[in-house]
Amino acid sequence: MPLITYREAIKQALDEEIQRDENVCIMGEEVAQYNGAYKVTEGLWEKHGDKRLIDTPISEAAFSGLAIGASMLGIRPVIEMMFMSFSYVAIDQLFNNASFCRYMSGGLMNVPIVVRGPANGGTSVGATHSHTPENMVANHPGLKVVCPSNAYDAKGLMKAAIRDNDPVFVMENTLLYGEKWEVPEEEYIVELGVANILKEGTDLTIVSHGRCAMLSLKAAKTLEEKHGINAEVVDLRSIRPLDEETILNSVKKTHRALLVEENKPYCGVDAQISHIIQLKAFDYLDAPIHRVSAIDAPNFYSKELEDWQIPNEERIIEMALRVMR
Amino acid sequence: MATTKKKTAKPAKKSTSKSADSASKDFATAPINKSLSKEERIDLYRTIVGIRRFEERSLRAYNQGKIGGFLHLYIGQEAVAAGIVSLMEANDHIITAYRDHGHALAVGMSMNECMAEMYGKHTGCSKGKGGSMHFFAPDKNYWGGHGIVAGQTPLGAGLAFALKYKGLKGCAMCFLGDGAVNQGSFMETLNLASLWNIPVVFVIENNGYSMGTSLARSSAEENLAHRADGFDMAWEVCDGHDVFEVREVANRAMTRAREEHKPFLLEIRTYRYRGHSVADANHEKYRTKEEIEEYKRTKDPVNVIKQQLLSDGTLTEDEAKRIDQEKKDEAEASTKFAEESPIAPRSEIQTDVYWEVDNDTEGKLKGTYFFND
Repeated sequence: MPLITYREAIKQALDEEIQRDENVCIMGEEVAQYNGAYKVTEGLWEKHGDKRLIDTPISEAAFSGLAIGASMLGIRPVIEMMFMSFSYVAIDQLFNNASFCRYMSGGLMNVPIVVRGPANGGTSVGATHSHTPENMVANHPGLKVVCPSNAYDAKGLMKAAIRDNDPVFVMENTLLYGEKWEVPEEEYIVELGVANILKEGTDLTIVSHGRCAMLSLKAAKTLEEKHGINAEVVDLRSIRPLDEETILNSVKKTHRALLVEENKPYCGVDAQISHIIQLKAFDYLDAPIHRVSAIDAPNFYSKELEDWQIPNEERIIEMALRVMR
Repeated sequence: MATTKKKTAKPAKKSTSKSADSASKDFATAPINKSLSKEERIDLYRTIVGIRRFEERSLRAYNQGKIGGFLHLYIGQEAVAAGIVSLMEANDHIITAYRDHGHALAVGMSMNECMAEMYGKHTGCSKGKGGSMHFFAPDKNYWGGHGIVAGQTPLGAGLAFALKYKGLKGCAMCFLGDGAVNQGSFMETLNLASLWNIPVVFVIENNGYSMGTSLARSSAEENLAHRADGFDMAWEVCDGHDVFEVREVANRAMTRAREEHKPFLLEIRTYRYRGHSVADANHEKYRTKEEIEEYKRTKDPVNVIKQQLLSDGTLTEDEAKRIDQEKKDEAEASTKFAEESPIAPRSEIQTDVYWEVDNDTEGKLKGTYFFND
């Protein structure tokens, strides 16, 4: 299987879907002529032209709303947020219109758009560019959100998101864009709502998503080698819909849970996961559920401190040992 | 299709002084109006009077406690929606804000489904999930009914974008109020629409007040249409009480949009008799009773068209009265329909959230979509 980057995997998904469906178009700042601020769309404008790759002015509210309106008539726009943090200036469009138009019309319409872009800290760009709003998106019934942790999932989930008839947010990660994974050449889809067990284990369940799932996997290997703890790592992939079954089956097997995410802890995704575990697997738990999240403050600019603030292998191991005590 | 900018079109601008001239011009004889059959002229009257009687009846229902939330009445502005909708062709689409009853009835939604929606009943156009501000009828090219000021403006541009993308000849009519012009999303949308040559006509229904704040107290430039100049977009201003004037001016904008794929900003000067919403009980504090009475006396859209149709022999007094009575009866019947309709079952709370869930006939969807204990 070819080894390709996360960035290339997303590009392949976009390229294939543009060719598959004439209503799929890509819209966003610098996506066409400039080849993408993070080069995710590199070469696509040259290949598919102005109609399918559309450069927008810096007007997130307008182009998000325009994409939503166009989707009502059957266009399937994929809009790029240069940073998912920039979606905050389009909140009315995304969190009122994309999420609720279907409901408020009693089901008379649907909004098949994809909102994609990086949602991560750890790059020394300060608090306003470092949001991880998957919890905010998931808090809006009508929206869906996925957080691919690797190139295989990024391609498969992107294709599923584009074909989905509801609005889907795809949370990418600038720290993963250059990382490589094996991705098959033949076509495949990763369905929404299906978690992935990255590593099987017996002693502890680590539930995570996005880049943190990869950190958790590394931490699990260290836990095994240095501490003799055999952790199972569940990568959620999809936040809403959520694969509760895989989480619960794992916890019922290991009796212990550690939840790892880059979100801020208060009302983060893992607050909900923790609730689900205590509600549906209470009798199986041998220890309190613990969490590793971003340290609860706006993201620090200075690299050393931001690297400590967001989850890292050291903090995951430390907390895992606490769960195992 | 969208990345490079034209810079050739000469915008079809008109000066606002035109508005002052309009009283002396007989718009009924303009070609677009002269071509109307007798029945089509009567239909305009029927639509205008229908909106009026429906809303008067809904106000009574609101005061009786039958309708919850807000009720933003269109009374005084009826000729705007009636005139513009009468010009719509098969590929034209329409979207508006929360003062949406007039547009809904004009496109042909029934009083029953609209009244039932306000009563919160399952038989309402949105099953009771939207209420007064959220009427929709995609089968009639009517895309709502939106509650957040100016939030619908990029959606309107999106409808027009889709028409152009698909190579269809049509336009999107995007209505907004004078309060919406100061929202950033609207100004962003003007730029995008002009930059990309999208066939959208923005119709500012300028009734002089954004809720309780007059135009003079909210907009630095009171000639709202002039804002189009900043975006190299054509604009016109007209009065909104005479349906024939609305038709004559809007027709130019809509034709241009369809033929040339160009946006247009139309400012229509109109007036609302009631408060911003019924809850706005103090509306006589930010304007005078005399101001309201003067508009009613000289520019009431129902009276204006009625007098026109009486004087040109389209209607007799008796026929006008009969139509009026029919609309009163229809409005009355709609309250009975709404009253007798059931509310939706509780199971409806979690339908219409996700298309994929609603259409998962084979039960193949994966994962949990709803998170109730």
